[in-house]
Amino acid sequence: MRFLLCILALCLALPVAAQEATPTPDRSATGGAQTLEDIMARQRGEQVAPKTGDAAGAARDLSGQLGTLGGASDPELWRALRYGSADITVSSGGEVASVLMQDGGMAWLEFRKGPLATYGGYLLLGTLALLLVFFVLRGRIRLDYEKTGRTVTRFKSFERAAHWLLAGSFILLGITGLLTLFGRMFVAPYISKEFNATLLMGAKLIHNNVAWAFEVALIAVFCLWVWHNIPNRTDFTWFAQAGGIVGSKHPPAKKFNGGQKIIFWSVILLGASISLTGVSLLFPFEFPMFLKTFDILRSVGITELPFYGPLPTDLAPHEEMQYAQAWHAIVAFVLMAIIIAHIYIGSVGMEGAYDAMGSGEVDEAWARQHHSLWLEELEEEGKAAPKDATPAQ
Amino acid sequence: MKAMMMGFAAMIVISVGAYFGLHELGYSTDARSPGDTVRLD
Repeated sequence: MRFLLCILALCLALPVAAQEATPTPDRSATGGAQTLEDIMARQRGEQVAPKTGDAAGAARDLSGQLGTLGGASDPELWRALRYGSADITVSSGGEVASVLMQDGGMAWLEFRKGPLATYGGYLLLGTLALLLVFFVLRGRIRLDYEKTGRTVTRFKSFERAAHWLLAGSFILLGITGLLTLFGRMFVAPYISKEFNATLLMGAKLIHNNVAWAFEVALIAVFCLWVWHNIPNRTDFTWFAQAGGIVGSKHPPAKKFNGGQKIIFWSVILLGASISLTGVSLLFPFEFPMFLKTFDILRSVGITELPFYGPLPTDLAPHEEMQYAQAWHAIVAFVLMAIIIAHIYIGSVGMEGAYDAMGSGEVDEAWARQHHSLWLEELEEEGKAAPKDATPAQ
Repeated sequence: MKAMMMGFAAMIVISVGAYFGLHELGYSTDARSPGDTVRLD
């Protein structure tokens, strides 16, 4: 029993002895708080002596390294950096590079990977789903009349080339834009980050350069068809009868019906908005446009926007770019949804519609059903074949 | 179909032209972004 008590006493005494053996370092610089040497020793797995004295009290008076209450920090400097009022000098990059801190960027990043990607994705998928349901319920819009075999020229070769220039460039821009937004979410995790990086490098190259083709085509299409797309009274009738898409009526229409005018002006206005913000993004910080836009809105009495709040009165150069990117993507999503519907009605949705942009020639029966006023104009001008003409063999 | 191909060909010509044209005019990213102090060429 005495032997066991001796062993127990020895076990209890050893750690105390070891602790007492640890030398207390010189902590006068920190007022007794731990020093950098203490931290390094702990990382090496060594025993560190506990803090001594009134370490917290001593730290309040410190202004050098290891001050625990922010004694070395300068809140005025950080505030000035955050709000862009610090006197910063940079050796390259100009005024833009002097913005060292831009916390508005986090709001943009959260918006881009949150609501923008989520609602944008739902918009496109929802449009596809709606068109599928519509196709199942309505089926293909067929010709009510027998084909005559006689055709009229709906679009000349130059008009069709301009259309396909616009269409081809928009599809490429749409795909590469979607890859840029969704690649990190859907390509990188399932294929590989390296593949996604290579894909996005290609997507960026295509997006930045095909953009010019889109803009040229947008101007060409505007010049070619604006005259035919000015709204008139026949559009009211067309909309009142839902364009014949729902029901069996076929409202009269000139060269472009009400629905096509909606598509045309959507493409022109939204396309122009996408183009302007795109140019602003292609030449970073050189064409800021959002503060000017907000100033114009304020000048007409609009001081805040729904779902957004008061309009900003001051924007850092980076914020201008973030607004441009966000608006570019929002408008592009809306236009993509519209164009998906346009592609549907111009291909599987309506019999004979593709011919207008394929060969440029449409059957007179098709023209009479969908653009009766335009066909009458052609007949008056002698550009349509007489009704009793023999079909070409 | 011929008009479609013409449109696509025009798209390629304009895009390639924009790429080389902007580079020639000094609007490439590497020409616009860094300052003289970090330019290697």
